[in-house]
Amino acid sequence: MGRYIIRRLLQAIPLLLIISILIFILLQSSGDPLASMGGKHVTRPEDRERLARIMGLDQPIYIQYIYWLVGNDWVKIDTNKDGIPDTFGSRKGVLRGDFGDSLVDRGKSALELIRERLPNTLILMIPAEIIILLSSLLVGIISALRQYSLTDQVITAGSFIGYSMPIFFIALASMYIFAVNFRKWGLPYLPTVGMFDPKIGKTTEQVLIHMVLPIFSMSVVSISGYSRFVRSQMLEVISQDYIRTAYAKGLSERMVLFGHALKNAAIPFVTLVGIDIPFLLGGAVITETIFGWPGMGRLFIDHLTRFDTPVVMGILMLISLAVVICQLLTDIVYGWLDPRIRYN
Amino acid sequence: MTQTDAPAIPEIEKPPLLLGQLVFLRFKRHKLAVAGVFILILLVFYAVGGTFFKSEDYSLVTDSSIRLTSPSSIHYFGTDAVGRDILARTIYGGQISLLIGLIAMVLEVIVGVLIGAIAGYYGGVLDSILMRFTEAMLNIPQIPLLLVLGKMLSDKIQPIHLFGREFSGSVIVIIAVIGLTSWMGLARVVRANFLSLREQEFVTAARCTGTNNLSIIFEHILPNTMAPIIVSATLSVANAIISEAYVSFLGVGVMPPTATWGNMLNGAYNYIETAPWLWIFPGGLIVLTVLSINFIGDGLRDALDPRALTQAE
Repeated sequence: MGRYIIRRLLQAIPLLLIISILIFILLQSSGDPLASMGGKHVTRPEDRERLARIMGLDQPIYIQYIYWLVGNDWVKIDTNKDGIPDTFGSRKGVLRGDFGDSLVDRGKSALELIRERLPNTLILMIPAEIIILLSSLLVGIISALRQYSLTDQVITAGSFIGYSMPIFFIALASMYIFAVNFRKWGLPYLPTVGMFDPKIGKTTEQVLIHMVLPIFSMSVVSISGYSRFVRSQMLEVISQDYIRTAYAKGLSERMVLFGHALKNAAIPFVTLVGIDIPFLLGGAVITETIFGWPGMGRLFIDHLTRFDTPVVMGILMLISLAVVICQLLTDIVYGWLDPRIRYN
Repeated sequence: MTQTDAPAIPEIEKPPLLLGQLVFLRFKRHKLAVAGVFILILLVFYAVGGTFFKSEDYSLVTDSSIRLTSPSSIHYFGTDAVGRDILARTIYGGQISLLIGLIAMVLEVIVGVLIGAIAGYYGGVLDSILMRFTEAMLNIPQIPLLLVLGKMLSDKIQPIHLFGREFSGSVIVIIAVIGLTSWMGLARVVRANFLSLREQEFVTAARCTGTNNLSIIFEHILPNTMAPIIVSATLSVANAIISEAYVSFLGVGVMPPTATWGNMLNGAYNYIETAPWLWIFPGGLIVLTVLSINFIGDGLRDALDPRALTQAE
């Protein structure tokens, strides 16, 4: 097992390098960083050129990538174009935790910006993920145990519809019903946008009621997809011989279902969820935009539209890193849960 | 099954069903899939047939004096924030959305099948390189990647003229971007099938008769792995339509004035309280399309399931 983990970790390194090269090449051709830095100020051509040299933009792309990866504080830059390198670079490189400075928010590093926003995204994601897991297990099991009953058919139809809904449609529809119309009808209504009411301030209660609609929208699609998966897994497990054996030796229904069936049905589910979790971060872009939630997704889209390459690159790399780590963890948990699998 | 139930009928009177007939029979039994086909046909009629009732120019006319009017007998679906008729825009937007779904699917299938087939058939170093690349692509979350590519490229291509109409160049960008970021799952399935099929006798036989590699790949192995490709292709039309809607919804996809169901929703949440018709109609059409395609995909999956194919009805 230990050797397996080490081998997988070693495999993850080239994978992350390939990902970073792909993203780097994509983003380098995406716009002029100097233009997004300048904003409204008109910069003199000499200043632009000097800035380009300091930022390493005059270098070929593979050198820029190396600077991005390991920094450029070990090479001298020729800032005044006299042919003699004079100053050391200031970047430390991603490997030493420096994703570069934001081009839009002056004086802040990309990592700082991300760190400010990440907790906001996590307080949406973690409860959402818990709700998704519990409800899809529950719905999937009920659906499987009452196969072909009315309940099952209603659930199946519902999950098909839920699965086909784009997140923004659920978000807009739920906003329209629970915020706009409930208010019109004089019912207690939910707030639409933001993290808290600015008049009341950022209290726990305020944040909680603002979380309801975003979490609901994020959950519907995932619950629909997962519960169908749980249903088919449960159905497959229930027809196995060991379940008949468990019944035959007189175990209670509850014991058979939860002690024997669910345990086995949940193993592939772990894999599916483990791989999907980091992708929720990507989906958060849409939810956070609609609900005006100041999280990482909003940060991504805001800075993407202003060509703030270091921040965008940082977010993409962090999500990809999360994907790789989650996959590794999933595989380890899988081997631990399922004794039939032996890594060697 | 038939042999045990009705042994009296001589088998020779009932010729075995062809594969296509069998699949069709099994597909027909999936009621929701059949409903999906009908809804989809209606939607295509809506998008194509609507051309005869509303001209495209009409869908582009802006009139700020009638902005955000609610559905009425003049504008059945209401008007948007600059006074354009939403009904006409859902017709022309539907054409583009469906077109994006279809072409992106074709692109995805071509790339996915090629990469999967080459990796699975040749194996070795080529396989490792292609699969590492596939893995890397799979690990980059698709929505942010689409947004980056859409933002980067959407204004770089000139508008194109086709069938006497002008399309924003971003349509092509979005099709290419969606197609090139969604082939990975299919490539993996195709590769896995090629890995097992290339060891089978019929491939050895084909090789012995001197058939070249290209023809083995495309004429011998590929037809045997069509079922998962067809299912995956069907579902990816729905995914492409949703992906287009996501990026256009966030304002970096297909650029106005060309309408798509996705970019009609862009900014709709600003009018959530005052003008719900801005998102109900295009959003509803997207849901309907995706739902019916998903039903069809599910029906096809059941109908093409090789484990079930042998039981004739």
